[in-house]
Amino acid sequence: MKKNTVQERKIENKSFLSKIEPFLYLLPFLIGLVVFTLYPVINVVLISFKEGYSHLSRNFTEWGLGNYETVLADPRFGQAISNTIKYVLLVVPISTCLSIVIANLLNQKLRFSALFQTAYFLPMVTSITAVGLAWKLMYNKNFGIINYLLSFFGVDKIPWLENAQWSIPALVIFGIWNILPFTIILLLSGLQNIDPLYYTAAKVDGSSSLRIFFRITIPLLAPTIFLVCIINTISCFKVFSELYPLFNGKPGPFNNLYTVVYYIRYAMMENRKYGIAAAAAIILFMFIFVFTMVQHFIQNRTRR
Amino acid sequence: MRVVLDHITKQFDDVIAVNDFSAVLESGELVCLLGPSGCGKSTILNMLSGILPVTRGTIMFDNDDVTTMPPEKRGIGLVFQNYALYPHMTVMGNICFPLETQRVPKAERIERANEIAKLVHVDMLMNRKPGELSGGQQQRVAIARALVKNPRLLLLDEPLSNLDARLRLEMREEIRRIQQKTGVTTIFVTHDQEEAMSISDRIILMKASLLQQNDIPQNLYNQPVNQFVADFLGNPPINNIPGTLRDGVFTAQDGRAKAIIPEFKGLTSQNPVNLSVRSESFILDENGPIECQVTRVYQMGKEEMAYFNFGGTTFSAYIDAEKNLVVGSTVRLSLKRRGVFVFDRETGERIR
Repeated sequence: MKKNTVQERKIENKSFLSKIEPFLYLLPFLIGLVVFTLYPVINVVLISFKEGYSHLSRNFTEWGLGNYETVLADPRFGQAISNTIKYVLLVVPISTCLSIVIANLLNQKLRFSALFQTAYFLPMVTSITAVGLAWKLMYNKNFGIINYLLSFFGVDKIPWLENAQWSIPALVIFGIWNILPFTIILLLSGLQNIDPLYYTAAKVDGSSSLRIFFRITIPLLAPTIFLVCIINTISCFKVFSELYPLFNGKPGPFNNLYTVVYYIRYAMMENRKYGIAAAAAIILFMFIFVFTMVQHFIQNRTRR
Repeated sequence: MRVVLDHITKQFDDVIAVNDFSAVLESGELVCLLGPSGCGKSTILNMLSGILPVTRGTIMFDNDDVTTMPPEKRGIGLVFQNYALYPHMTVMGNICFPLETQRVPKAERIERANEIAKLVHVDMLMNRKPGELSGGQQQRVAIARALVKNPRLLLLDEPLSNLDARLRLEMREEIRRIQQKTGVTTIFVTHDQEEAMSISDRIILMKASLLQQNDIPQNLYNQPVNQFVADFLGNPPINNIPGTLRDGVFTAQDGRAKAIIPEFKGLTSQNPVNLSVRSESFILDENGPIECQVTRVYQMGKEEMAYFNFGGTTFSAYIDAEKNLVVGSTVRLSLKRRGVFVFDRETGERIR
């Protein structure tokens, strides 16, 4: 339709202005794209290859892979990668499974389901920093509500934020809670796209709800589940804003919880090593890229 | 299996969808539930399948009272209007699914699925997914899936309405063939009178939640109990000529055109009536009682479809093409014995 009207216009009036008119409409967006996305992206790639880059003078000694060598040799970066992968491997599967169950419950015609929906989607509209501070209070060893509730089950006080061993679970639980609403929304919309007639057909055939869930709901939801996994994997690789408020801006109680993005920030803001930060960012990009490709590959294989 | 519906009523909040419906389906019959949209025919089907609970009345399958029995225990096969084939399973998977639920061993499952697939002619498509099948093939698979568990009752909900005209003809013959081969008692919901006339043993015609007539197809056409039944069946639709009837004399609405119809001798109605005549029930007859003007003539091969004006009302009739009707001329028609009815215009009841 649009193409047609544009072509008709061209036939009517081939003046220069009418030719560039559509591009003028696109210009504001294009300027934004070039200035705020394209230029920084290209610059990051370039800076990552500039050795001894100074962000003030913009001088550098030579082109080379020195930044990458430094990053890969840095034990903190190794720790950051391992923490990040742990975080992804814990948060993505757990949050996806939880979301499937919750989305299924929300999709049923329950009483108060509107209330539940609002409650579950609340994290999405709140600031993560504010919520993170609230979680910090909830995780408090002596006064936090989590330890208080656990005490009813005879669980001793857990030093969530003070102990290196507990800091990863604390981050993961908060991360799952934070990612849940978006995941649920996507899965809920996927569920609502499934024709209820399939359920009726299966019910008439005498299928139990468990069989219907595993043989019909899950396979029909599979494309949405894959989408959710990809989106969540990407966002979990970039974990930072969950980490920052929990530990007073530090990466864990003993600087043990470096994540890749935290490492990038640290290299840039505290060490002023822009080259290092850029190289780390490119490596993170490679990780996300490979993971996404693998997921795409699996998705295409299972679809066939 | 014999199905008895005894004074069934279905009420949704304050809407009555089915009102005091009673019918008996003999074992092995193919019965059509026919009626315009919203008449309650699909509601009856859903109550038979157990998807919808019954408000009042009882449903008996042979000697079992199934009124409150859940769908899976009733032993029914259901074919949906848009088939509802599971898109992620192959044809084989779809047909096997009901058996899987019944915990039939895998080897037997496959054997029975192949057997039923052969019957409905989809045996060469077993490894395809529903998305790769044509509408007619999907329909066949849906029937196979409904039949594979040997249901006592097969329910078809407007199964042909998603097919194009040619496939519809083909599939309706197929459904008849499959039904006769398996001998399963079948209920077929449709709003298409032609479909119903051509394949069913019996038709139950409904209108606005009420049963109108439950009879063999010929009787619905030749002996309609009321105006609605006469109007609903037949193509072209029956001609309704409004007027009054006094001692066998029919007077058209304009008060001038009169016809003394010998068959109606002695017949009088206090209420205004419709003289309802099928298009094939007129005969060109010099001594006929109905004097009318020819308004239009369409050639249709060996017959002509002619339109006549009688007392301000236009009606159509099939006339032998050899008679060479001239538009504008006045002719006389008489009536055959079959396909001529008189209905009370106020109550719709049949007078003759």
